Amino acid sequence: MCLAIPALIKSIEDKEADVEIGGITRRISLWLTPEAKVGDYALVHTGYAINILDQEEGEETLRLLREIAKAEE
Amino acid sequence: MKDKILLAHGSGGKLAHDLVEKSFVPALANPLLNRLDDSAVIDFSGRLAFTTDSYVVKPIFFPGGDIGKLAVCGTVNDLAMSGAKPLYLSLAFIIEEGLPQDELNKIVSSVRKAAQEARVEIVTGDTKVVNRGSADKLFINTAGVGIIPEGVNVSGDRAVPGDKIILSGNIGDHGIAVLSQREGLSFSTQLESDCAPLGSLVARMLAASSDIHCLRDPTRGGLATTLKELAKQSKVSIRIEEEKIPVRQEVLAACEMLGFDPLYVANEGKLVAIVPAKDADKVLKAMRGNHYGAEAAIIGEVGAEHPGRVVMKTCMGSSRIIDMLVGDPLPRIC
Amino acid sequence: MKFITEFRQSELAEGLISQIHRKSKTPVRFMEFCGGHTVTIFRYGIRQLLPETIEMVSGPGCPVCVTANADLDKAIALSRMPDIIITTFGDMIKVPGSYSSLQKAKADGADVRMVYSTMDALKIAEENHDKSVVFLGIGFETTAPTIAASVLQAEERGIKNYYVLSMHKLCPPVIRTLLDSGEVKLHGLICPGHVSTVIGSHPWEFIARDYGIPCVVSGFEPLDVLQCVAMLVEQVENGESKVEIAYRRGVRPEGNQEALKLIGQTFKPCPTEWRGIGNVPDSGLKLKNKYQSFDAELAFDIDPGPTYEPAGCICGDILRGVKTPADCNLFGKACTPENPVGPCMVSSEGSCSAYYLYGGNLEG
Repeated sequence: MCLAIPALIKSIEDKEADVEIGGITRRISLWLTPEAKVGDYALVHTGYAINILDQEEGEETLRLLREIAKAEE
Repeated sequence: MKDKILLAHGSGGKLAHDLVEKSFVPALANPLLNRLDDSAVIDFSGRLAFTTDSYVVKPIFFPGGDIGKLAVCGTVNDLAMSGAKPLYLSLAFIIEEGLPQDELNKIVSSVRKAAQEARVEIVTGDTKVVNRGSADKLFINTAGVGIIPEGVNVSGDRAVPGDKIILSGNIGDHGIAVLSQREGLSFSTQLESDCAPLGSLVARMLAASSDIHCLRDPTRGGLATTLKELAKQSKVSIRIEEEKIPVRQEVLAACEMLGFDPLYVANEGKLVAIVPAKDADKVLKAMRGNHYGAEAAIIGEVGAEHPGRVVMKTCMGSSRIIDMLVGDPLPRIC
Repeated sequence: MKFITEFRQSELAEGLISQIHRKSKTPVRFMEFCGGHTVTIFRYGIRQLLPETIEMVSGPGCPVCVTANADLDKAIALSRMPDIIITTFGDMIKVPGSYSSLQKAKADGADVRMVYSTMDALKIAEENHDKSVVFLGIGFETTAPTIAASVLQAEERGIKNYYVLSMHKLCPPVIRTLLDSGEVKLHGLICPGHVSTVIGSHPWEFIARDYGIPCVVSGFEPLDVLQCVAMLVEQVENGESKVEIAYRRGVRPEGNQEALKLIGQTFKPCPTEWRGIGNVPDSGLKLKNKYQSFDAELAFDIDPGPTYEPAGCICGDILRGVKTPADCNLFGKACTPENPVGPCMVSSEGSCSAYYLYGGNLEG
């Protein structure tokens, strides 16, 4: 449920943004994420950004998973 | 006011003759068509491959092609998948009243270019015009014939355990390119349909190996449906690896966004070949030397256990069963 | 694709799988509530990677699957009324109602258009002044704010022919109902990721507190689900029950305040019917009085006719995790993705559909 994908915000105009993922671009709405900035990764669900991805947390999770992988070797 | 196709253009009278003689014939000219006889008469010897198809793609113009190019390539490819050298096509238009003449001209021009590249001739045709609302702008029906060279025996039931499965390139381009134009799903992409005639690719492959077992083009229903069909026809199992299947970034991204699986998205310029293991590398090399096989890859192999089953090793190392596509994939929110 | 591809690395999966196998001693049953998780679990064969101590069961987190027949009948009835354009997410088009489906209604001449976003529906409304455009509002808390935003945008842009048929559902209330029924014993809950993006992790606390069930909010990539399972196992083996967020890049404990504000501005909770579960108090959303003019139920005199439930369909039991598709007499025979009897087979997230397409009989 709730298919949402991370897409890079390339430009913002008023309450809308152009985002890009894997070479596909689409216009989305920022009504739910007024704090969005160019360069952020928006979590896009049905054409709306429902959140701005926390990139640091993302990297942190990957770091944690790499540690687990190492520990289990 | 732009010229439009009228009901009269399909009625066999002066307008209809003008359409054929002033638009179609000059564009597609060849000795057989120029005669404008009721049938094209051709001398044949050998095994004839014979196919028919209808094209109802919507929209009729899409990135990388149109319904005309699709009609020629689709028919040519069906012949090539039997190991045949495609030779002659028939072309029948069912036009919705009101279609702008210049759109029809563009499509005829695409037919000409595609036929030239595929080295086939359109030798006979038909035109009908129907009332507004009875056809979605334009439907095309084709039939095609080709000759299968001596010694070539390609058929869906010839796969045997141990054979390797080769895919000619990236999957999903056509389906996603067409989808990007549909109302309600707009997204921008540089992606184009992979619509292409594969006769020359197949000829190279047959030159590299005289014992190619199966060839099939994964059109509607995608790679998954094609593999499932082959597994059932040959009564074998097929095992492929997710990480070996070439897919473009844009196709993956669009599939993620819409909730599709690239395995089920249509292709119009790709083929799957099942070849004996000893010939796999030779055939792969031959494919990679052709424009339409540059990204070819061995994606799996044929087994004996569980005939009819297709299994894919996922990127996680687990296995999942691949079944046929049922109905049309619909984008989902969930 | 950033933040997707990195979470599909098999080398990292191996570490998690190894840890899970090493630590999991107690037999447990974990439920993934969300249909998106069901799809991930099937698509990446997650069950095969887990030890025998862990049983995974699917819950009713597929908003299409839990839409009551009566609601679907209303949508179909609306589609048949003159000068109405139905705009809907793709998920709903093939779902069978009592007698028909939107797809069948469309074949009969109804104007039913699939859209990816309410933004597209608003555009259709602007381009068709002489028609009424009704948007079928399905989905959980992830989608509700987008529909709320569409109503506010319609107001801002002076669009008077846009309506919403609200069939939205809220997750926490139904989970409470499910747990209260005592039908399925759970030892852990994989909490919906994107619902939590909107509502945060606090709303799940009652599950850990009142029912003693460990909860972990998970993302949708295979590594996310594996990490979530690892964290649930850890809690179980330590005898803990608390709410944790595994999906930290996508979920904050307080959720998305702006989205919650928009929902609160436009909607109020109401009782609603969940297919297979029945009426759950305060689990639906209704447009507030201020936005009544956008409410399709008030604007149109909808007569859906009597509701009919197909005989033999056990979607309800499957949605509650009490039975599996294999237990259904209709599964794979009368009920297939091509000819679905119940919604679990239509929605690509429904258990039956996932089972049919991916799970099948790998062992048999």
